[in-house]
Amino acid sequence: MRATPTRNLAEMPLTDITLDDIESLAVGAWVLGTGGGGSPYLGLLNMRALYKQRDEKSAIKNTPELADDDWVAAVSNMGAPLVGQERLTDSRTIARAVDLMERHTRYRFRGIMSLEIGGGNSIQPLMAAAHLKRPVIDSDMMGRAYPEAQMTSVAVGDLVPFPLTTVDVRGLESVVEKVPTWKWMERVSRKICTEYGSIASTCKAPRTGAEVKKWGIHGTTTKAIAIGHAVREAQRKHDDPIAAILSVEPGKVLYKGKVIDVERRATEGFLRGRTRFDGMDEYRGAAMELNFQNEWIVAWLDGEPIAMSPDLICVLDSVSGEAVGTETIRYGQRVTVIALPPPPVFLSPKGLQHVGPRAFGYDIEFKSVFS
Amino acid sequence: MRRIGIDVGGTNTDAVLIEEGKVSGAVKAPTSQDVTTGILDSLGKLAATGVLRGRDGQLKRIDGVMIGTTHFINAVVQRRSLTKVAALRLGMPASASLPPFCDWPEDLANLVRGGVWMVEGGHEYDGRPFMPLDEAAVTRAAREMKAAGLKSVGISSIFSPLDPSHERRAAELVAAVIPDATITCSSDLGRIGLLERENAGLLNAALADLARDAIAAFEQAIRESGIAAPLFITQNDGTVAEAGQARRLPVYSFASGATNSMRGAAYLSGLQDAMVIDVGGTTTDVGQLKAGFPREANSVVQVGGVRTLFRMPDLLSIGLGGGSHVVLEPLSVGPVSVGYRLLQDGIAFGGRQLTTTDVAVASGILELGDRKKVAHLDAAACKKVFAESARLAEEAIDRMKTEAGDVPLIAVGGGAFLIPQKLAGISQVIHVEHGDCANAVGAAIAQVSGECDQIFNNMTRVEAIAAAQGIANDRAVAAGADRATLHTIESEDMPLAYLPGNSVRVRVRVVGDVAAST
Repeated sequence: MRATPTRNLAEMPLTDITLDDIESLAVGAWVLGTGGGGSPYLGLLNMRALYKQRDEKSAIKNTPELADDDWVAAVSNMGAPLVGQERLTDSRTIARAVDLMERHTRYRFRGIMSLEIGGGNSIQPLMAAAHLKRPVIDSDMMGRAYPEAQMTSVAVGDLVPFPLTTVDVRGLESVVEKVPTWKWMERVSRKICTEYGSIASTCKAPRTGAEVKKWGIHGTTTKAIAIGHAVREAQRKHDDPIAAILSVEPGKVLYKGKVIDVERRATEGFLRGRTRFDGMDEYRGAAMELNFQNEWIVAWLDGEPIAMSPDLICVLDSVSGEAVGTETIRYGQRVTVIALPPPPVFLSPKGLQHVGPRAFGYDIEFKSVFS
Repeated sequence: MRRIGIDVGGTNTDAVLIEEGKVSGAVKAPTSQDVTTGILDSLGKLAATGVLRGRDGQLKRIDGVMIGTTHFINAVVQRRSLTKVAALRLGMPASASLPPFCDWPEDLANLVRGGVWMVEGGHEYDGRPFMPLDEAAVTRAAREMKAAGLKSVGISSIFSPLDPSHERRAAELVAAVIPDATITCSSDLGRIGLLERENAGLLNAALADLARDAIAAFEQAIRESGIAAPLFITQNDGTVAEAGQARRLPVYSFASGATNSMRGAAYLSGLQDAMVIDVGGTTTDVGQLKAGFPREANSVVQVGGVRTLFRMPDLLSIGLGGGSHVVLEPLSVGPVSVGYRLLQDGIAFGGRQLTTTDVAVASGILELGDRKKVAHLDAAACKKVFAESARLAEEAIDRMKTEAGDVPLIAVGGGAFLIPQKLAGISQVIHVEHGDCANAVGAAIAQVSGECDQIFNNMTRVEAIAAAQGIANDRAVAAGADRATLHTIESEDMPLAYLPGNSVRVRVRVVGDVAAST
């Protein structure tokens, strides 16, 4: 599969994913991570190792091809990215979470999808799929990265939040059999994750083909590949990588500037804070401030909110086009801030209850950059 | 304080003597293939100027010889003089799919990888053991290393910056089996991030033999020159380590050249906060001084294709220098350069390639070569070339600036004549005496540092920073610093998302003067 803007990927049937696609996915998913989601680097290393050892390819499947009564596994890693940097990632762990779910429910999954396309979780389904020899479903439940379990399309759709399996690399396995709400699922699974050492591989509540078709955010893996491919091509040709992203995605440039201050604090298990910028080029003299809770949530230009969740706010290195995260952004970095359109499912009143600015404690009315 | 600073560069080996707070001698000698000869030559030249002897004709007491060298990084980049390494990782069953060397370029891995052993061990972020250390497996691994003839060992363990006990115990067990082993523990290299820290440890172990030989050769060169002074090696962050520590941790001395020239610029100008532009023969580095030290890059640094988390200055390099090719129509300057062949290929020296140095000779800024050979360059053409060089410099400076107002700029390096007195965004351009030896000056004035990068649990932010400061201070003293002179130059704290117990990661760096030898 070659992800270029000249081909409509959505029309493609079951397709092989090349290692080069996965290299692009790692770059593109980091952009869609909107500052959070954890770096895809360790997942990428695992895929390189798997492709080298096995000489086989992963495959990707479009959601329309699912039958209504198929079962689909939704996977993600949860925990602190920092613990991941020390324990690293073993591709077999996420496969064990799916395997535990199959043993528990006695379903046979037709495919595996990501909970969260933004950041490191974009590669989790590929690792599970490679070990379990199933296709990856080209759909996720966030279209970006978000910090909590109820910030998903399936939570907006009030789909059943249980069961959930969590495993760790040492062989620990737990099943959350039943909880009343997505918020409860977040609380209970977060506790298990903490006991495991603040990192766990999870298989979320299984979804039927019908549910995925109705509530999934479609084409996001191929979208991430296309974004990453555009950035890597631009880097190779010394073209403007920001322009390259905007040639494959209908985004808008919000700002160009230098980081002049970063303020971080941890509250209730989240990384919150703000970053302030000084404008460059045509934005000289304009001040931007970005607020974050793991991900970039609200962008203020000269004190006015100009972009906010669920719009995707992406901070990109102005030279390389690669994403800059809320954990690693630092004084003096030269960045371009762009907005990408949000998944439509989050634009309903119910969707905005879950992921609009008020869900993050900002008493402002949602207004999209794209409305 | 009387010190000799030596910078072993690609072209020249520069030596300076600094006494009573000023540069009293500065010389250049060609860098030699074996490095030692170049150092001996430069010290010989310095002695020939007479500055090393007092009025009584006796050799003056020298407090230290500080050498900055690209020896170690060149070995990695050029893939030579590297030792085969046994990698021992404590962390099973985690991380099994990503073994040591997994993200190295294949040619380098094939050269360095003597064997890989992974056993149970390691810690959690809160200090609980991840798995108990499998001591029997460590001893078995050590026997296999011995059978394979491996003597350089790199040991890494999960969260070892937080709790190094498993690495230390494993090192004891390996030493019991291989008494003459050179062992690098990743916890000695700080920073969180297992792969990057382990990579640094493995590179360090690969440099074990080279470091031993190089530092012995440096010591010999100093002895042969008749100077009785302790040897220090400059490190990536603008500080020095005693020869013994540099021998143990050569990776810390990877990339000291750029740092030294920025520190030298601070010293020669007396400014602590300024932009620095170092114009060499081929490239120009732009960086920023904060409190007398270069602002560091905070991100992953690749060395010879290997990801590491070294302390490196944040620099922007552009292809502009004293040897840059010049085309008049249409006007272009650089990025190609004649490099070390300037004195053969430049027109003023009888060659055929027009360079920025030729333009400077034609306009009377430099007195080099034969001015008649460049007489055909008219004043207007020269002016255009300088304007273009200034534009390239301005662009680079603007990209590296972190504040909106005008800031001072210190111009150093052999090509500093390309930097005019007025530049956009700059309050004042400062050209300094001995600016062409700024890197040797930076080496001579280097201090000693200590760093701590750890996670602290269940402490207030103030307590955690104080604890980190204590650890950094102890490390600086262990590296040869005078405790009374220590001060903090960097302190950064980061609350950790998704970790309970008010976890905060604190990184503190302190520096102090070299302690007087006892």
